[in-house]
Amino acid sequence: MTDALLETRALCRNFGALTAARDINFRLEAGARHALIGPNGAGKTTFINLLTGVIAPTSGVIMMKGRDITRVGQAQRVKLGIARTFQINRLFRRLSVLENVYLAVAERVGAAPSMFRPAGGRRDVIEESMWLLDTLKLAPHANRRVWELPYGRQRLVEIAIALGLRPEVLLLDEPAAGVPSAESHIILDAIDGLPKEIGVFIIDHDMDLVFRFAERITVLVGGSVFATGSPREIGADPNVRAVYLGQAARG
Amino acid sequence: MTPSESRWADHPAALALARRHRPRAWEPIPWVLALAFFFAFPKYLGFGTELLITILFAISLDLVLGYAGIVTLGQAAFFGAGAYTVGILAKRGIWNEPITGLILAAVVAAAIGLGSGLVLLRTGGLTLLMLTLCTMALLEEAANLAHDYTGGFDGLDSLPIAPLLGRFEFNPLYPTTQYLYVLAVLFVCFVFVRTLVYSPFGQSLTGIRENTLRMHAVGAPVRRRLVTCYTLSAAIAGIAGGIWAQANAYVNLGTLGLDRAATVLIILVLGGYGRLYGAFVGAVAYMALSHFLSKLYPTAWQLGLGFMLVVIALFARNGILGIAELGAHWLRRPRPMP
Repeated sequence: MTDALLETRALCRNFGALTAARDINFRLEAGARHALIGPNGAGKTTFINLLTGVIAPTSGVIMMKGRDITRVGQAQRVKLGIARTFQINRLFRRLSVLENVYLAVAERVGAAPSMFRPAGGRRDVIEESMWLLDTLKLAPHANRRVWELPYGRQRLVEIAIALGLRPEVLLLDEPAAGVPSAESHIILDAIDGLPKEIGVFIIDHDMDLVFRFAERITVLVGGSVFATGSPREIGADPNVRAVYLGQAARG
Repeated sequence: MTPSESRWADHPAALALARRHRPRAWEPIPWVLALAFFFAFPKYLGFGTELLITILFAISLDLVLGYAGIVTLGQAAFFGAGAYTVGILAKRGIWNEPITGLILAAVVAAAIGLGSGLVLLRTGGLTLLMLTLCTMALLEEAANLAHDYTGGFDGLDSLPIAPLLGRFEFNPLYPTTQYLYVLAVLFVCFVFVRTLVYSPFGQSLTGIRENTLRMHAVGAPVRRRLVTCYTLSAAIAGIAGGIWAQANAYVNLGTLGLDRAATVLIILVLGGYGRLYGAFVGAVAYMALSHFLSKLYPTAWQLGLGFMLVVIALFARNGILGIAELGAHWLRRPRPMP
C-alpha cells in the first residue's frame, strides 16, 4: 500500500476518564474528497485538533506522506501543508478581507517576520491574496472590514485564509454551519471549486452537503470509527442509519 | 494556478494596503507644534521635556498593548530599568556619555523584557496582567533593597551626565538642550515604531491581537512574535527611562512604580491605543486635564480624571483619536442631494 497523504494509526486521546478518540485508523488520500460525520460529541472536532496538532494524542501515530508527524507542532504542520477552517468563525474581524488573507499568505511565503519594509511593499503577497479572493468571488468585498460582511461570506473568508496557506490537506470544520440556506450555495460552490489536487476532509452535519461532495465517508461514534466507505455504502448501511442517519432524518 | 502579474494593483483594497504606510498630510503637525513650543515657551521647557518623555513611554506601551494586544500593567519596569542603568553608571563614574548611555539603557531594559517575556507571555489575560505587575513590583523592591547601588528610597541625585556630543551641557534649570535632545530621540524612536507597525511583522502582531488562535492556525510562531515585540517595546521604554534620568540628573523608585505604569495606560486609553498618535494626543490631554482639574479642585482632582475615564470606557472606546476618526468619517460620507 502506498503512503497516504494523511494517515492515523491507533490514535487515542483521553480527557481524564473521557475517551474522545479511541483507536482511530484513518487514511486521507491525495486529492480525496472525504467527509467525517457523526452525532454530537462523537469526537469530530477532537479528531481535527489531533490532526492539526492543537492537542497531542495520548497514544497512536499520525503520518503525513509516510513521515511520522505525531510530535510536530501546530505551526510546523501548517508549513507541511495541513490547513484548517473553524466551525465558528475565527477571523481578524476588524481588518479588511484582503488583510485577512494577506496574513496567511505572508506567513506561508516567509514575509511575515520582516520588520523594516512596509506590508504594502510586498506586492507579490497582495497580488496572490487578491487573486485568491477572486477565485472565491470575494474580490468586490476585499476592502471591507470582515465584520461588515454577511455571515455566509465570512465563512468564505475562513476558506480563503486556509487556501492562502496552499495546503495539500484542507480540513473544513462544518464550513456551512450557521449560514442561512439562501446563502449556503456560495459555500457549496466554493467547495466544488477547490483545486483538485488538494486532499479535502470535511466535517459536517448537513447530509445534503456531505453526500453531494464526498467520495468517501467516515462515520465517527463515541470517539471511534464506526464505518468507512463510499456514500452509497454508508447510506445503505443499516447500522449507520440506526445510529446516525435515522436520527438525522427524524430530527 | 499562479496569479497573473499585477492584475490587481488598481483594486481599492490593494491600493489601500499598498499606500497605508505613506505619511499623511497632517503627520508633520505634532512635530511642528513641538518645535514651536520650544520657541514660544522657553520658560516651560522643563514641562515640555517631561511631556515628550511621557509620549515616548506611551508609544512603547502602544506597541505591546495597542498593536500586539498584550495587556500589561508593568511597563514601568522597563522605564525604571533604563533610568537606573543610566543613573548607576553615571553615579559610579563608569559611563556618562548620554547617547551611548541610552543605548545601554535600551539593552538592559530589552534583556529584562526578553527574560520576563519568555516566561510571562506563556500566559494571557488577567494572569498576564498580574504577572507584569508582579515583575515591576519585584524590580521596585529589588531597587529599594540594593541601597548601595540604587540609593534605595532616596534614589540617586546630581547625576554627572556628560555634555551632549561633547558640547551641549544639560542644565536642569534651563533645559533647552534636554528638550531638543528628547525631541530628537522621540522622533527616531517614533519612526522606528511607525516602520514596525506598518511592516508585515506589525501586521502579524495585529493579527495576533485580533485572533490569536487563527494566527496559530496559519502557522505563525505566535509566542516568538510576542516576545520579540515585548522586547522591542521594553527597549523603547528603557530609552524613555534613561533619557528621563539624564534630563533630570536624578533617579528614584518612582520610575519603577505603579503610578507611572498606570498613568501611561490612562494616557493611551485617553488618546486612543493602537493608533501611533494616540500617545501624543493622550499625553497632552492628560497633562492639560490634570492641570485644569487640580486648579479647579486641588484636593480631589483625580475624581474628575476617573469620571472622564469612565465616560471614555463607556462611550468612546477608541479615545480622543477614535472620536476624531468618527468625525472625519462623518464629514467625508456622501451627502444626499438637497
